[in-house]
Amino acid sequence: MTKVLVEDKAIVVPGQVLADGMGFLPAGAAYRDNDKIIALQLGMVNISGRLIKLIPLKGLYVPKINDMILGTVEDITMTGWFVDYGGSKYAMLSGRNYGGRDDGRIDDLSTVLNNGDVISAQVFKVIKNNTVDLTMGGPGLRKLTNGRLITVSPPKVPRIIGKQGSMISMIKDATNCRIIVGQNGIIWIYGPDPEMEIVAIETIQKIEELAHTTGLTDLIKEFLEKRVGKKNVQ
Amino acid sequence: MNIVTSHVRTLIEKGIRFDGRKLDEYRKDVTVEYGISKKSAEGSARVKIGTTEVVAGVKFEVGKPYADTADQGSIIAGVELLPLSSSHYESGPPSIKAIELARAIVDRGIRESEAIDLKKLCIKKGEKSWTVLIDNYTINDAGNIADAIGLCAMAALKDARFPKYDEKAERVIYEERTDKKVPLNELPIPITVIKIGTQLVVDPSPDEEAAMDARLTVTTTSDGKVCAMQKGGAGTLTADDVAKVIELSLKKGKELRKLIEK
Amino acid sequence: MYNERFDGRKSDETRPITAKVGIIPNAKGSAMFKIGNTVAMAAVYGPRILYPKFLKSPDKALLRCNYNMMSFSGSGERVRPGSSRRDREISHITEKALEPVLIVDDFPGSVVDVYIELLQTDAGTRCAGICAASMALAHAGFKMRGLVSAISVGVVGGKLVVDLNNQEEHHEEGHTDCPVGMIARTGEITLLQMDGFATPDQIKKMVESAKKACEQIEEIQRKALLEAYEVAK
Repeated sequence: MTKVLVEDKAIVVPGQVLADGMGFLPAGAAYRDNDKIIALQLGMVNISGRLIKLIPLKGLYVPKINDMILGTVEDITMTGWFVDYGGSKYAMLSGRNYGGRDDGRIDDLSTVLNNGDVISAQVFKVIKNNTVDLTMGGPGLRKLTNGRLITVSPPKVPRIIGKQGSMISMIKDATNCRIIVGQNGIIWIYGPDPEMEIVAIETIQKIEELAHTTGLTDLIKEFLEKRVGKKNVQ
Repeated sequence: MNIVTSHVRTLIEKGIRFDGRKLDEYRKDVTVEYGISKKSAEGSARVKIGTTEVVAGVKFEVGKPYADTADQGSIIAGVELLPLSSSHYESGPPSIKAIELARAIVDRGIRESEAIDLKKLCIKKGEKSWTVLIDNYTINDAGNIADAIGLCAMAALKDARFPKYDEKAERVIYEERTDKKVPLNELPIPITVIKIGTQLVVDPSPDEEAAMDARLTVTTTSDGKVCAMQKGGAGTLTADDVAKVIELSLKKGKELRKLIEK
Repeated sequence: MYNERFDGRKSDETRPITAKVGIIPNAKGSAMFKIGNTVAMAAVYGPRILYPKFLKSPDKALLRCNYNMMSFSGSGERVRPGSSRRDREISHITEKALEPVLIVDDFPGSVVDVYIELLQTDAGTRCAGICAASMALAHAGFKMRGLVSAISVGVVGGKLVVDLNNQEEHHEEGHTDCPVGMIARTGEITLLQMDGFATPDQIKKMVESAKKACEQIEEIQRKALLEAYEVAK
């Protein structure tokens, strides 16, 4: 007989026993240790059917292939650049993967990207979870121009983007800001109106705060409407 | 120049800040808390300016006064920029930034304003005097730690009470605290203003500090005088800038001083 | 014989404890742990690039702890700034107390820095530091086998006690001071030190008392982590 020891939507700490018995399956940041299901990280429990899923509230970004991330160029070598994306090691962007055009034949890579430049890039190879190779060869990937940068917790990124980008589109349209969200939790914002930049950032921070609340979309819509006026929010 | 610094500079030139404040506006939440380590420190305080947080503590020692100031005690100020408070700080001996803050901000302000009458720290001329040691630590650096440290040091001194001194045994009895306060004549308050392009900005955030050309910290007293100044940054200031910064420092210094005056 | 404790506590009673997380916004994770008059703060940065490179581990992140007492944190003279041998020993045993629970094989070659500062001290500082550090790591979102809770147990004037304060540590009739750190849920011990004189039977009882106290402490640590996320519900 499996005993579930926590309620749906309970916040649990690492090491906390979620269930005792073999009747449930662990998912997310929950794991099975003999006949117990245990939490691996600080997170929120989601019980659906026979699945006990633990959603981490805060997390460290673990790079996955095809993730689009934002990072800063930290160093230049003869063949590529080291990029700081907030991870435990710098990622590598080789000259060959810059834009497909130069074939690594440019003599001085600093004429293309220099220290301090911020880029959007795609993860195309990951070894051992933190050795990352990047490419900028895909559509929309580029060196970013003036704007603001904020950091959010990586597990919250899916909620900030929303289903098929619906959440982030709502914010972009309401504030008329350009926003690029990296899977690594780094976000670039630029609005012709600096006050709208502030609204966009506060909205994103609100989503981060309330990420696992039900009815999040409505809450955020209401928050935006208060700031920019009802007619401007879709 | 990185994209955020560039954006800061473009907006500041138009008088716009990332958090919507005016150029001469201090963050709204400035708080002072006393006795945060009262079981151990003879005086202590915590100051928060927005999310910037610093703490300070006062300890007393008794020793032999210097030969040339035989009838005076002394003050020693220290500042540590803890790695706990920002990813920019490392463990180890004090950096030049910490030393500058200790000497030019805390020490100079107190010394030059004669905030503490050192003669009142004398116990026996030529033989015994008090040393007041004030140590400041950053807990969260979200910009403008200089002003937070300056205010916190004064708050901790206000909070301080002398421990008992056993003259016969020549020993400080820390377990027994007296009601005797540190004799403060003055409350010097440092205010930092940075220059970005042609604009002067008060109470800078970390993004603004990273974008600055120059910085001037001016310490003022309650009677409207300047007792210390320290310029920083690789850029220059005009004489007009200096005059404007002094004006701002007097104004903001007065406002902050109210928080610890009572 | 030490019959009644200086502050009137029962022999298995800890001093009052308060705990809070998220006290340092710049850090990835942070926490404050106060037990009696001992106040410890911890902040976690990383996993991040590690210097010097020779310390790197090829299969996981290095855990690096730095324990420090603020100059004004002691009830007597000012503590000179800088790392004393005691500070370095405590930093080391703190690492050893936390390593068994931390799962960082996702971040080989990097470092997780944990900084512990004591704001005020009245014995039990290394244990308070470990409790704060454990909460800070969980708050930062690290994968952990469990929280680590730590408490000092001992024998003072012949009496078995939990959570010695400074007075007890200096009791004239002799004392034995034993800091214990453990994963409260499983009872696995990650920190064990002893200063003094005790029989094997006394030690057995001390470890049992430590487990009970650590279970109580873990509840407090858990509540502090929950409180930070009440809004999420």
